[in-house]
Amino acid sequence: MASAIHRLPDAQAAVLTRSYQAQVAARRRQAYLGAAVLIALIYLAAYVGEVSPVKFFANLGNFTDYIGRLFHLDSGASVFTDVSEWFWGVTQKSKWLPLLGQTLMIAYVGTITGAVGAFFWSFLAAQNLVRSKWLRVFARRFLEFCRTVPELVFALIFVVAFHLGPLPGILALAIHTTGALGKLFAEVVENIDMKPVEGLVSTGGSWVQMVRFAVLPQILSNFISYTLLRFEINVRSAGIMGFVGAGGIGQELLVSVRKFYYSDVSAILLLLIGTVMVIDLLTERLRHSLIGQEVGA
Amino acid sequence: MTAPAATSLAPGATLREAALLRRAEIEARYPTIFAVNWTRRAETIGVLAAVLVVYVFGLATLDISWSAVFSGVGRLGQFAVLMFPPSFGTTAKLSLYMWSLAQTLAIAFLGTLLAALFALPFGFLAARNVIPNIFAHFVVRRALDTVRAVDTLIWALIWINVVGLGPFAGILAIMTSDFGAFGKLFSEAIEATDSRGVEGVVSTGGGHLQAVRFGLLPQALPVFLSQILYFFESNTRSATIIGIVGAGGIGASLYEEIEQNEWPRVAFLILMILVAVAIIDMISTRLRVAIIGGRTS
Repeated sequence: MASAIHRLPDAQAAVLTRSYQAQVAARRRQAYLGAAVLIALIYLAAYVGEVSPVKFFANLGNFTDYIGRLFHLDSGASVFTDVSEWFWGVTQKSKWLPLLGQTLMIAYVGTITGAVGAFFWSFLAAQNLVRSKWLRVFARRFLEFCRTVPELVFALIFVVAFHLGPLPGILALAIHTTGALGKLFAEVVENIDMKPVEGLVSTGGSWVQMVRFAVLPQILSNFISYTLLRFEINVRSAGIMGFVGAGGIGQELLVSVRKFYYSDVSAILLLLIGTVMVIDLLTERLRHSLIGQEVGA
Repeated sequence: MTAPAATSLAPGATLREAALLRRAEIEARYPTIFAVNWTRRAETIGVLAAVLVVYVFGLATLDISWSAVFSGVGRLGQFAVLMFPPSFGTTAKLSLYMWSLAQTLAIAFLGTLLAALFALPFGFLAARNVIPNIFAHFVVRRALDTVRAVDTLIWALIWINVVGLGPFAGILAIMTSDFGAFGKLFSEAIEATDSRGVEGVVSTGGGHLQAVRFGLLPQALPVFLSQILYFFESNTRSATIIGIVGAGGIGASLYEEIEQNEWPRVAFLILMILVAVAIIDMISTRLRVAIIGGRTS
């Protein structure tokens, strides 16, 4: 019985094999070239970045040492033996919790202010609602500027203009939030169903009425969800605003690190991490209930 | 049914006017549509009021006064005027800025790369479909969360204690803070892969390691690469600010010029950052399209 497998004539098979091998070789060459470029870039970056594995491994002990010291009190005892001494800024002096509250409030006020700004700018940046190309391009460039300049740079400049305190921190967060949320909001607006919009326009509704009755109901839940996500991010950012004097618990943390108050550093960090995690959990809950509502409706 | 006022419409009147004239009749005909949903309205107003109350409370506790806002905005306007035209001063300054910008890019590049490299094994450990052990999964995830909750700038402060001031500390800071984020994202990408690839490899007698290498990795790798590129983009922004605490890059120059009120130089530095970020965004978008687009087409 003849073999069930159909065999190509040798000449034809040889041509196919050769072309296959050529393709494999080309791909391999490309991969080698990519790897070579990557390695060259790594070397260049390592040179510019003053990477020194020797220093790293020589001082790696410092790192573990440092982490270890974070969990020891001044007396040398482990922090877990005297938690109330560890968190003295909470238990003995009402100092850290108010600062933590300030951090949260900076994040909250900054987020709401930025979200309101993003709300208005996003309609101007949305392709399907704004006819004027120039207005749209201007709105987009403005939002891009707001989110590309890091918030800490804004904070640095604002600290000089508004003086030390929470105000520059709030404004820096608000501007960055406007840029980041404005882009997301504009994308949401561009993805709406246009039929209600046409309906409203056809019956003579004004631009504002069109936005209120045709656009807003479609986008609101998405907007809220994005704003909650941004709030999470802003709580993290507000924690470090104090590094440049823009309010919150960051200043206290910076001082503790610089002055080698080891147990204070770990205590403040734990407070911050705990707050961030609680906020994450709460906003996640809120977002899920929001999405659930939408599905139910 | 009697024909209502619509018949007596003046020529040129719109549909809207016609409908408004018959409003009472239309309302009577569609009571469900015109009925006011009071519970819903109360809910909306309640939520808005709560948000507003917390906002006002925040402004009050943070001691924000309108006069401070206005005088600050005035000063900000002065700075903005002083910023033009942006200039770098001397050529020595320019070469310093260029070098710091190169450092910034090197920090972002190496930091992202190292973070991805170290996160890869943990991504697999935290993925439910690779390590079915719920305990290991939980521990790795929480550890990654903790690392992620600490901001890059705080990591920079810690690493400065280990390897000293300079860009190397910046690289390590970005590496550590992104390590947490990458670990989480990688594990999610791995969990989202199609299990049929792995089943195919196992059915032909492949081992666990081979299943991961040939069944899982080809699916997850493009996602990994695209995420790495995305983080590289965002890290160029982070790397511009870690110089503020002394971890190398352009942030140190920026901090210095703002402190000394050298506004034209500040404007020049911000422009440099914007251009660098735009170029990086462009390159990485291209690469991302090449990686993902090449697979789907």
